[in-house]
Amino acid sequence: MKLTLTEEQEMLKKTARDFLADKCTKKFVKQMEESETGYSTELWQEMAELGWMGLVFPEKYGGGDMSFLDMAVLLEEMGRACLPGPFFSTVVLGGLPILDIGSEEQKQEYLPRLIRGEKIFTLALNEPGYQNYDASSVMVDATPYNGNHIIKGTKLFVPDAHIADYLLFVARTKSEKGVTIFLADAKSPKIKCTTLKTLAGDKLCEVLFNQIPVPKANILGQPGQADSAVQKIIERAAVGKCCEMVGNIQRVLEMTTDYAKERKQFDRPIGSFQVIQHYCADMATDVDGVRFSTYQAAWMLSEGLPCSKEVAIAKAWAGEASQRVLSLAHQIHGAIGVTMEHDLHFYTRRAKAGELAFGDANFYREVVAREMGL
Amino acid sequence: MDFSFTDEQNKFRKEVRQFLEDEIRQGLWEPICDSWIQGYNPGFTMRVAQKGWIGLTWPKEYGGQGHSPLYRLILTEEMLRYGAPAACHWFADRQVGGSILSFGTEELKREFLPKIAKGEAYFGVSMSEPGAGSDLAALQTRAVEDGDYYVINGQKTWTSCAYLAHYFYMVARTDPEAAKHRGISEFIVDARAPGLSRIPMIDITGTEAWSDLFFDNVRVHKKYLIGEKNRGFYQILHQLDYERSGMERIMGNYALFEAIIKFSKENKLSQDPVIRNKLAQLQIEFEIGRLLGYRVASVMEEGRAPNLESAMSKAYSTEFEKRLASAAMEILGPYGQLMPGSKLVPIRGLASHSYLGSKGYSLQGGTTEILKNIMATRGLGLPGS
Repeated sequence: MKLTLTEEQEMLKKTARDFLADKCTKKFVKQMEESETGYSTELWQEMAELGWMGLVFPEKYGGGDMSFLDMAVLLEEMGRACLPGPFFSTVVLGGLPILDIGSEEQKQEYLPRLIRGEKIFTLALNEPGYQNYDASSVMVDATPYNGNHIIKGTKLFVPDAHIADYLLFVARTKSEKGVTIFLADAKSPKIKCTTLKTLAGDKLCEVLFNQIPVPKANILGQPGQADSAVQKIIERAAVGKCCEMVGNIQRVLEMTTDYAKERKQFDRPIGSFQVIQHYCADMATDVDGVRFSTYQAAWMLSEGLPCSKEVAIAKAWAGEASQRVLSLAHQIHGAIGVTMEHDLHFYTRRAKAGELAFGDANFYREVVAREMGL
Repeated sequence: MDFSFTDEQNKFRKEVRQFLEDEIRQGLWEPICDSWIQGYNPGFTMRVAQKGWIGLTWPKEYGGQGHSPLYRLILTEEMLRYGAPAACHWFADRQVGGSILSFGTEELKREFLPKIAKGEAYFGVSMSEPGAGSDLAALQTRAVEDGDYYVINGQKTWTSCAYLAHYFYMVARTDPEAAKHRGISEFIVDARAPGLSRIPMIDITGTEAWSDLFFDNVRVHKKYLIGEKNRGFYQILHQLDYERSGMERIMGNYALFEAIIKFSKENKLSQDPVIRNKLAQLQIEFEIGRLLGYRVASVMEEGRAPNLESAMSKAYSTEFEKRLASAAMEILGPYGQLMPGSKLVPIRGLASHSYLGSKGYSLQGGTTEILKNIMATRGLGLPGS
């Protein structure tokens, strides 16, 4: 048991941190939030050249052959920097599912281009309605017709669908017991994307499928039997989000303790007041709790160990703990923290988005309850 | 990062579990909560000593096994999981032995460590006084030099494991002129020393786990001064990191945790959404505490002293224990108030016992408030007032 990073991981972390500190300033983040696409093609290319897209893919597709745990380190730095853009969508929601369940032909077709930064991917899972985070609530219809499936329905909160080249999505054929994962050309006129205006300024979209035909060749894995594949995708995405959240709240802790040391009131740094000290201690505890539960889940995913319980624990904890951290951060920062001029809001808004993505604490508490056999 | 254990470590864990399960099966003792501080069982301590499991991390030349901190983590985690009555040797094993190893003379090491490892020397820890709890440096008990001896006078309170102890580790003031932190020294005192008397304290759970100790001109040979005279406070800080480093606070009520989950399932209470939610949340919180405890062991494995990490782990875990006891009481409703031994008492009265005991968890061994001060100032670098 060793709870520190390897030398290689430390290097990846440092490189990512330095690169993003330079290329992903808060000014840049704001610009991307305000832009239509939400990302910069230049930065995207630079990331591809650093090998980031291909990090966890096999060498034969042009990847770096590294582990999910290695990518966890990268995702943490991206969370720390509030990196905007479709990296998570492309790699975690698009590329890794294709690697999981795609045919060799499909992998050859899509992965090299993804890894070179030439194509953007995303996954459409959630649908209108409440408390529906997994495959069981999928209603988008896939009706077989003439060798294709005709897709009709609405997906919601799809990240980066408006700029995606390819859209993975989960749909249900009425005659089949389980769901099917499809891949479609996102630029098709029969797919209508509307970017939603979100709290975090991330580009989540409503996606309407208007009777788009999808050929059999674009089915990923087994038709009608993809429920467990979808579960794995969600688990991995949830852990990926947790990794971003670790980076987020770690940075928030640092900003807050720095502020508490500098800000003076009543002729002394506010960090010398016991209440502030205890708040910071609570924040540090939450940051470390998120860190270790997240990395435990990431490690288990990396090792291919079954880990539904550990993923659920990590995501449930990350969601609620990050809310506590941000609340205390705001309390300690005082008024300056609730301005757009200060940087804290970037973290606040992204922490909330992270909490809501791929299942919240209530959803995962029920997963834990089931795993406990309650 | 690697969250797994080696084959050898897993084998050790299995061996410990087997031993404890066998003991329970033979009816030698029953699992209890807080077994590390309330479970006195000289027979058990002797059998554990025979396995070589006291002083596991100490050098072999002193009777230890020379194992790494991870082995002690595994051992103690299992002891606590099974609620094993390890109180006789717990304090010596956990901290006093380590203190002697870190600061004691060769003579002191040779006199005590082998005896502790053989299960023949039980230690009580005697730090607090009526006027010195969180503010330990304010202690008043005096140790005055007289030839080759120190003469100790004063009163200690909340001395652990006192009624069975062979020895006390205690702290006294050796320089009343110096600043309070700089005039304290650590001593080992024989429990049978003339002038030393004891009055038991009954805590809120009705248990005699602590005592008041009265020192009336107790003579202690100078060789039983641990480390440097007047450097006791700084040596204690080091010891406290280890006192707070273990899995006690996350595992100390494991018997209750297991029992309430089992009870809820058997009585179909876990179908109720509120109770279900409550238990799942406890499981999540438990896992976080477990990881924070493991992280402390990981720090020790690297050879570092776990200062911020121990404080964090203990502060978090005792709050968890309080929530666990509280949740168990809520689930049991009016039955929760029944005490061990009562007619109709559910889960052997573990809930009511822990409910009462939990009022002290966030106080003993460093109050949550003090721990958070340490985390903030020594851990995060925030300025002192």
